[in-house]
Amino acid sequence: MSEHPIERQEYNITAYTENQIGLLNRIAIIFSRRKINIESLNTSPSEIDGIHRFNIVIHETEEVVRKIAKQIEKQVEVLKVYYNTNQEVIWQEMALYKVPTDIIAEKASVERLLREFGARAVVIRKDYTVFETTGHREETDRLITVLQPYGLIEFVRSARIAIIKHSDGFNRKLREFERTEPGSEVVENEFLNRRDEVFEM
Amino acid sequence: MLTKAEPTQLVPETTLQTMSGAEMTLRALLAEGVDTIFGYPGGAIIPIYDALYDFAGQLNHVLVRHEQGGIHAAQGYARASGKVGVVFATSGPGATNLVTGLADAQIDSTPLVCITGQVFAHLLGTDAFQETDIINITTPVTKWNFQVTEASQLPEALAKAFYIARSGRPGPVLIDITKNAQLQQCDFPEYKVCHHIRSYRPAPIVRPEYIRQAAELINQATRPLVLWGQGITLGRAEAEFRAFIEKSGIPAAWTILGAGALPTGHPLNVGMLGMHGNYGPNVLTNECDVLIAIGMRFDDRVTGRLDKYARQARVIHLDIDPTEIDKNVATTVPVWGDCKETLPLLTELVEARIHPEWRQRFEQFRAEEVAAVIQEELFPTSEELTMGEVVQQLNELTQGEAIVVTDVGQHQMVTCRYARFNHARSNITSGGLGTMGFALPAAIGAKFGRPDRTVVAIIGDGGIQMTIQELGTIMQTGVDVKIIILNNQFLGMVRQWQELFHERRYSFVNIGSPDYVTVASGYSIAGKRVADRSKLRRSLQEMLQHPGSFLLEVMVTKENNIFPMVPQGCSVSEIRLR
Repeated sequence: MSEHPIERQEYNITAYTENQIGLLNRIAIIFSRRKINIESLNTSPSEIDGIHRFNIVIHETEEVVRKIAKQIEKQVEVLKVYYNTNQEVIWQEMALYKVPTDIIAEKASVERLLREFGARAVVIRKDYTVFETTGHREETDRLITVLQPYGLIEFVRSARIAIIKHSDGFNRKLREFERTEPGSEVVENEFLNRRDEVFEM
Repeated sequence: MLTKAEPTQLVPETTLQTMSGAEMTLRALLAEGVDTIFGYPGGAIIPIYDALYDFAGQLNHVLVRHEQGGIHAAQGYARASGKVGVVFATSGPGATNLVTGLADAQIDSTPLVCITGQVFAHLLGTDAFQETDIINITTPVTKWNFQVTEASQLPEALAKAFYIARSGRPGPVLIDITKNAQLQQCDFPEYKVCHHIRSYRPAPIVRPEYIRQAAELINQATRPLVLWGQGITLGRAEAEFRAFIEKSGIPAAWTILGAGALPTGHPLNVGMLGMHGNYGPNVLTNECDVLIAIGMRFDDRVTGRLDKYARQARVIHLDIDPTEIDKNVATTVPVWGDCKETLPLLTELVEARIHPEWRQRFEQFRAEEVAAVIQEELFPTSEELTMGEVVQQLNELTQGEAIVVTDVGQHQMVTCRYARFNHARSNITSGGLGTMGFALPAAIGAKFGRPDRTVVAIIGDGGIQMTIQELGTIMQTGVDVKIIILNNQFLGMVRQWQELFHERRYSFVNIGSPDYVTVASGYSIAGKRVADRSKLRRSLQEMLQHPGSFLLEVMVTKENNIFPMVPQGCSVSEIRLR
């Protein structure tokens, strides 16, 4: 974990859950009761049929994130929660940009820019064109600045999705969870395993 | 989805039968061993009440006077008996009236299953009459909640509800049942009790390395101190706890919800923790070398100022709930697990000690506290009655055998400090939430939960007026609850703070009272008012010997303060004796 646990930084919280109505609210209020803003929230299927995966991004200290992760995991329908710094995950966000087609068509510089940013045209109409790009926040942000002078009409960015670098997936763990008498892998407190790293005094 | 339970046990004799969702609900309650329900009918729960009409001999329904009274009664029932408390309420206002009790049960880990009626499923979201989104309203104050819209979901939802409410760290569960689901006819298979939910891990596997580390720390300690909470009682580990304390010889102090797990008179019981706790355990928290916290959660009323709390000590924390470990106080050794399991393992590894010098310190502080506070509170020389002497007289009459239920405020602190408890599940009070109005209904519930025990409710003149309507429940059921109102004609705890910290600006704490004895008599409850020391003991005796409920109003001195006190924002070692 972070070497400076007092400092606030971005953390990626990954929660494996049952697919249950109301669980989103149950998770969201764990943040709102502490008046913590959720920077990004994505729910999606996971590698396992029927198991949902939440990706939540917040800007907080390691200590707060650790407590929140435990409080999320405590919810009955949550199987497992992990939290990671940006360095510990591979992450992406997608963005869509709508710009007037005539300007794009006129200015060769725009086309060059879009290529530079790896943007891809999704829709080309007479009046506007929609480009898509995927990347880190700074990259998608930079393209806004670049497109602004060319009459950017609309912009939207998706929630972040993140894959944990060192994770070997959830399949094996889930089988443990399904057993009435689980092995120590599942019932041991993973936060306790990392005490040396997370202990703050 | 409701598919994860792996139930094993088959309960009722019935095979496949067709019945209404309402009847299924009641059969599920019977299969879970429920005998008492606290509730209040209304439009959206009529089908369940209709079915209940035929279960009169098997399920005792206590008609309360307000849903808040119902849920507090269920809490009292659960806390006194160790069983799950069950509540029925209708949709809309019936359901929202449960919220305070749910919050109280959530923070005090009380196992409850609340069943609320809901409008027809096709009306959900249309602002129908008495529709309220009770699932979302109660999400932050329940361990789990679930809305049932099809009768076929009921057996599994209820099985999960009881399993979740009572397992691990217990807590309240709410099941909201739409009216169509109650009316719907459906096949009722054999009811299966739930024992496993794959996403829910109520009890961890104990990790022996932490037991070993904890034992090592304890064996090296010269000034160890145990702090215990309700976890001992919730884990039914009183005997294991006592064995641990007696072998290790470690002085032990309690949170108010932990009171009674080790009898008040036990030589190693050194008293109460926290803002109005005893002098010794508070001061010595900041002198001990190893602090062993068992089934307690380092509430701010216990720790005072956190950055000056036990900084010198190494901390061992035994708890079943991993979110409590390292939440408020950083631990050296976390012993995550059910204390029923971890305590015997620890007892085996700790050396037998007696710590005479260290225990002597507690004796010294005790003597100082007796001289400065306790003597005058329990055996006053002043003319007016004190709250403490009422509790002291009661102790002498009940010998610590009664269940004592308190409300919130000065009388609560006095009672927790001075009442004798020979047994666990005897001090029933609203600890974490501090809910005024808790005591009267909780005492009613406690008596239903433990009809063999004397139940005494001690209530202030503020709190009694918040749920006084439950005298009607006493009248109608004939339940035997002894009610002591300690009337100081003030909202005493707020007045004390205004005196000490707000220049005696007594803002809206001067509360008037009705003639309680007349009110009681209107409900056919015997009563008496006493303001005179010479009549106190006889009045208490009369109350205890009276067949049936009795209300005793005791006029006590108006402006007494509760000491010792750790002022807010101060360290536990800055506790004031006056």
